[in-house]
Amino acid sequence: MFKFMADQAVALRGLRKSFGSVEAVAGVDLDVADGEFFAMLGPSGSGKTTVLRLIAGFETPTAGTVELGGRDVTRLAPFERDVNTVFQDYALFPHMSVLENVEYGLRVKKVPNRRERALEALASVRLEGFEKRRPAQLSGGQRQRVALARALVNRPRVLLLDEPLGALDLKLREEMQVELKAIQREVGITFVFVTHDQEEALTMSDRVAVFNAGRIEQIGSPAEVYERPASAFVAGFVGTSNLISGAAAQAVLGKEGTFSVRPEKLRVAAPEEPVGDGEHSATGLVSEVVYAGPATRFVVDLDAGGRLIALQQNLQVSSMDVMGLRGTRVRLVWHRRHEFAIV
Amino acid sequence: MNLSRTARAALWTALGAGLAVIYLPLAVVVVNSFNADRTFGWPPPGLTLDWWGAAWRSTGMREALWTSVQAALGATAIALLLGTMAAFAVQRYAFFGRQTVSLLIVLPIALPGIVTGIALSNTFHSVLGVPLGLFTVIVGHATFCVVTVYNNVLARLRRLGVSIEEASADLGADTFTTFRLVTFPMMRSALLAGGLLSFALSFDEIIVTTFTAGAGVRTLPIWIFENLFRPNQAPVVNVVAAALIVLSVLPIWLAQRITGEASRY
Repeated sequence: MFKFMADQAVALRGLRKSFGSVEAVAGVDLDVADGEFFAMLGPSGSGKTTVLRLIAGFETPTAGTVELGGRDVTRLAPFERDVNTVFQDYALFPHMSVLENVEYGLRVKKVPNRRERALEALASVRLEGFEKRRPAQLSGGQRQRVALARALVNRPRVLLLDEPLGALDLKLREEMQVELKAIQREVGITFVFVTHDQEEALTMSDRVAVFNAGRIEQIGSPAEVYERPASAFVAGFVGTSNLISGAAAQAVLGKEGTFSVRPEKLRVAAPEEPVGDGEHSATGLVSEVVYAGPATRFVVDLDAGGRLIALQQNLQVSSMDVMGLRGTRVRLVWHRRHEFAIV
Repeated sequence: MNLSRTARAALWTALGAGLAVIYLPLAVVVVNSFNADRTFGWPPPGLTLDWWGAAWRSTGMREALWTSVQAALGATAIALLLGTMAAFAVQRYAFFGRQTVSLLIVLPIALPGIVTGIALSNTFHSVLGVPLGLFTVIVGHATFCVVTVYNNVLARLRRLGVSIEEASADLGADTFTTFRLVTFPMMRSALLAGGLLSFALSFDEIIVTTFTAGAGVRTLPIWIFENLFRPNQAPVVNVVAAALIVLSVLPIWLAQRITGEASRY
């Protein structure tokens, strides 16, 4: 244990939550540092949202504890916890104006000069001039920003975000990703962010926890989780899995076990091309070529068994060139340091 | 949908005929309340305000009106309280027999009034020994008034969901503050609509009232019924009927407008 443990913004110990016979959270231990942008990534039903609700206090754990800033809050109500939530459906108060929504937290806590602070918060999410509107008169992106301002204005120790970008279209989502990250850097509040979108988790967060079936499979920086997946599940959920196992591993790598290589680490070469020092390679038949603008995906059925996907940037080639490769034999080459054993 | 010209004409005619059957007789009542002919000769030989004056001066009518207002207010108050509580329990909490409780609450509106009337009368009179009077009328009316409030509140709670209440708690509001600032304002129009409907239901009820009112208590519908066949009272009864049409349309219209406005949320 580190001696600065008490400085953790969030600490979860042996957290469990059952709904009837279903165990949604099956033992989660987690530390989130102060000022960190932390993502909880996983498919739906993996328990990530339940963990968020346990931190917020909307659910009481079946077992385990929730600590905020070193203080045990497991038995406290949501309104006794120094956290605020941005809800997936925003949960704005429909009978209040935008300004009243943002003021709400300060109002119930009887904070002085709340009007100025609310206006400030609205300005920080670029919503000046929308104070008098009702939530129903706003677009999805604007509602999202009101929800953000309503939470941030309270300056909580931790801000919880439950798939906040899920309801936005792709273009807006990419804009908001950049904006959220900038806001987090500016205010310095700890963000705990739930998402099922691996790209979102990788681009925005300092660290990622990958959830599966109520447990955390791996915690690490985006690069660690992506480059060194700790399990077959992580390898598959975060990016394309590209596994080599069993007889193929024996034949290609000369060792036992299951190994993963990311598609962009593979080079598509001619079958007779010599393999350099420190490199591994496997020959196979190109069964599919998918042209995707900036890059092309090759699906290669290995002679040794199994299938790998290679991603090549279209530096010189055009769609005509790459399409012609379907049905041809190729050699996939990669550096040994890019292959990882998987538990 | 595009309809042929004949189909449209036929549908408009059907609509007109249907509405005519309902509303022309009501129009006749209103016109007759101004009919100068004491025996309601048709067409009216002339118009007069005499009957409206006579009705206003009738102490029996005014007492009955006051009794009806008291009964409707009492029943509505009970309905608002119990209906809201029941709706919250059924919508927000899971408990054994929830569906059955919901059915039992709604059932009284479907029960024939005469059955409710006899059952209540027997119970009050023979079993509990409660003397029949205004109180028993209010309780009798409340049995079915609760349903209108319950249904309105239930529908609203279902649409509301729990996330805005969670948001309120998340922002630091305790349970009571959340109810005061979020839940109640969102419920208000449903309560008003349910209350108005409940008032209207109670106000024109006669069957259950007959069995639960006892000898001394006379609500307006009962007064009308008693005076209907007294020839010299007939014009006054007509005036009361005409006034009642307006009085009962008003709450229904208001209730519809309120729920319509609220559905914008």
